[in-house]
Amino acid sequence: MSEADLAEGLRAQVREFLSQHDPATTERLEFVRARFDAGLAWVHYPVGLGGQGLPRIAQKVVDAEFAAAGAPTNRPERNGIGLGMAAPTILAFGDDEQRARWLKPLWTGEDIWCQLFSEPGAGSDLANLATRAVRDGDHWVVNGQKVWTSSAHIASRAMLVTRTDPDLPKHKGLTYFGVDMTSPGVEVRPLRQATGEAEFNEVFLTDVVIPDTDRIGEVGQGWQVATGTLMNERVALGAFALPREGGMIGFSAKTWREHPERRTAGLHDRLLRLWAAAEVSRLAGERLRQQLAAGQPGPEGSGAKLVYARLNQEIADLQLELLGGDGLRYSDWTMHRPDSADFYGRDSGYRYLRSKGNSIEGGTSEILRNIVAERVLGLPPEIRLDKDKPWKDLPR
Amino acid sequence: MTEVTRAADVTEQAEDAAAARSRLPDLTYTEAETDLRSAVRSVLEERATAAAVLARTETPDTYDIGLWRTLASQVGCAGLLIPEAHGGAGASFREAAVVCEEIGRAVAPVPFIGSAVIATAALLELGVADLLGQLAAGATTAALAVPFESVPMVRPEPTVRLAGPGASDQPGTYRLTGSVKGVADALPADWLIIPADGVPYGVYLVAADAEGVRRTPVTSLDMTRQLADLELDGVQARLLGAGPAAEKAVATALRAGAAMLAAEQLGLAERALDITLAYVKQRYQFARPVGSFQALKHRFADWWVAVTQARAASRYAAACLAADDPDMAVAVALAKSVCSDTAVLAGQEMIQLHGGIGFTWEHPAHLYLKRAKSSALALGTADRHRAALAALVNLPPA
Ligand SMILES: Cc1cc2nc3c(=O)[nH]c(=O)nc-3n(C[C@H](O)[C@H](O)[C@H](O)COP(=O)(O)OP(=O)(O)OC[C@H]3O[C@@H](n4cnc5c(N)ncnc54)[C@H](O)[C@@H]3O)c2cc1C
Repeated sequence: MSEADLAEGLRAQVREFLSQHDPATTERLEFVRARFDAGLAWVHYPVGLGGQGLPRIAQKVVDAEFAAAGAPTNRPERNGIGLGMAAPTILAFGDDEQRARWLKPLWTGEDIWCQLFSEPGAGSDLANLATRAVRDGDHWVVNGQKVWTSSAHIASRAMLVTRTDPDLPKHKGLTYFGVDMTSPGVEVRPLRQATGEAEFNEVFLTDVVIPDTDRIGEVGQGWQVATGTLMNERVALGAFALPREGGMIGFSAKTWREHPERRTAGLHDRLLRLWAAAEVSRLAGERLRQQLAAGQPGPEGSGAKLVYARLNQEIADLQLELLGGDGLRYSDWTMHRPDSADFYGRDSGYRYLRSKGNSIEGGTSEILRNIVAERVLGLPPEIRLDKDKPWKDLPR
Repeated sequence: MTEVTRAADVTEQAEDAAAARSRLPDLTYTEAETDLRSAVRSVLEERATAAAVLARTETPDTYDIGLWRTLASQVGCAGLLIPEAHGGAGASFREAAVVCEEIGRAVAPVPFIGSAVIATAALLELGVADLLGQLAAGATTAALAVPFESVPMVRPEPTVRLAGPGASDQPGTYRLTGSVKGVADALPADWLIIPADGVPYGVYLVAADAEGVRRTPVTSLDMTRQLADLELDGVQARLLGAGPAAEKAVATALRAGAAMLAAEQLGLAERALDITLAYVKQRYQFARPVGSFQALKHRFADWWVAVTQARAASRYAAACLAADDPDMAVAVALAKSVCSDTAVLAGQEMIQLHGGIGFTWEHPAHLYLKRAKSSALALGTADRHRAALAALVNLPPA
């Protein structure tokens, strides 16, 4: 089937669906549940799990059609981690029962998922994690501490990586679960960040009981599953190119145009360099999207986040200087716990600070450079002393 | 983590409306383009080895005309931009850019940009059918006689004037007098296309071996594209176009040249990266490959990222030129500024990361640096192109 035929067919399906579920009068949750059941949630997912097994690019046709009808959404902005990372992990590594049980409430937003990976002693070196899971018949008992967990305060489920065998080398003794965040023994404490609020949390796990039916993948296969999750994390691409000046650079361009009195030669040079770099990274993102759509995924994805983090920081830095005295003010230091990360919505001071997290979250820029150097360019791996020893004997 | 993914999800829907406005052309390589690349590469790998290119820079014939004939007529590079009606391949700037990438990879001494891009673009604009036919066949080459440092957005000040006709001249005969310094790809050219002042201001054609033409090879920073100083002393010329049409032809040609030079810079940067990577994987110091040191690995990662960005910019410029897109001016300014910086970075890193061997005459690294720096100075520096961008996207200077 040609792309055009496919698109036309999908549009017809959406129209048919809308004729039976009036977006104006149907309650939101009811609407999105029905949309899932009709296979119009994520069309690249399998039949019966909200999709139709179609190519990924077909999704934008469906989304556009629903958006044009003013249909209620599944509020994807509240569940980025669930949709972007948990769902593909469940699809790839979960069993049939788990897919049937988890994917629908995940997509509809009834289940918000968070990611219980990082620990105080395991950040870049995630495989060093220490949270213990001990088997007890048909369930597991978990003890440990996780940290930097975004959205844990609104999440009902989490991707959890635990250590099940400390005698094995670090990558081998891990096991992965989809844990119920409302279980007794799960304690979520806000962790305030440089911007003043708390997007992320500390999560303490004390004698948390997890049924074995919530284990994702085999015992000891946790590292492979976690790596699968992280691969999805680094694909930092929306479905469409933003328009020109659609990202952070737009704020600076606007300020520049509106305030001739603040212009200096030095700022002009910086602005132009960043404008060009931002526009080119937009083009590079589009090129990447086109390669993916054509089924020729290039390695460029790993570089996209490096560029994104650096540009966000440099542009946000310039922006404060373009503001003159206003750069000295800040919107609000009050501690609160937002539902989702907002990079752009607040003032320039917020963006200046929030962008500092961009080169840490989702793999630090140093780790990403290691990845590019080793996996894309084939340079020798770091010399490691920790790979083959039992985890319990490693220095820490 | 995930914040990135999440932000993307958030914007996804808001982008629907904007999507239509931000439709971008195909920035990948088509199958035909990839085939063309293979054909060009196989010729260059055999005939433009590093040793051969280096050796030629010290001979009187710094351009490899034999190689050019093969590329021009056998592979069909000369006529890529020329419509089939004029004997060309009727291809576009997308294909020409691929050829430029390959030439940049090999730092090959052939006049593709000067003849098959710049001169050809001028002749196409002026509709000079007879000459286009000759160029398409690959039998002759032409060069636009402007200094290589000319900036596409600025009309080059003509340094050649119409001279009074000779005593025995027929009416309607034109003669040119003056000089042009630092012209690229003029040394191997059979024809010189010369913008000249006078009444009318125009673009004229002169046979390179005509009486009164003197071409002096310049000791150039980049001897893989040796420049020439031209002097004209009452040389008989044919008028190709006059007035605004002539100005437009020059501007169009220079813009095309800048875009294709950016593609050449991309290829250069990419090959310099390949060569240097191969070296650090097998060069041992401290009992390990130097490429295993993280300080170098991170430099390579940044270099590679710069190449991916340059590729996006270059492809966009080629696609805009091919489609006569109204965003062409922005695209060319972006591509030439970004690719210039990336090529120079590549030349520098290539030398530094090779250590002492990279600083020797025998090693090709200096050829890459010299070609990178020269091409960064040519057809508008990165800075000039950013200044052009400022005007195009309404970010006026202080
Ligand atoms: C805003 C935000 C949200 C987050 N959300 C989540 C979440 O939802 N779930 C979750 O599990 N985690 C989350 N994280 C945690 C994040 O993944 C980690 O912070 C990150 O992986 C770095 O780990 P670390 O903080 O322990 O730093 P470390 O690993 O201790 O790094 C310290 C420094 O050393 C460098 N470094 C470390 N190893 C190497 C090496 N091999 N080579 C070179 N340099 C190295 C690092 O780049 C860094 O500069 C979040 C972080 C932030 C900032």
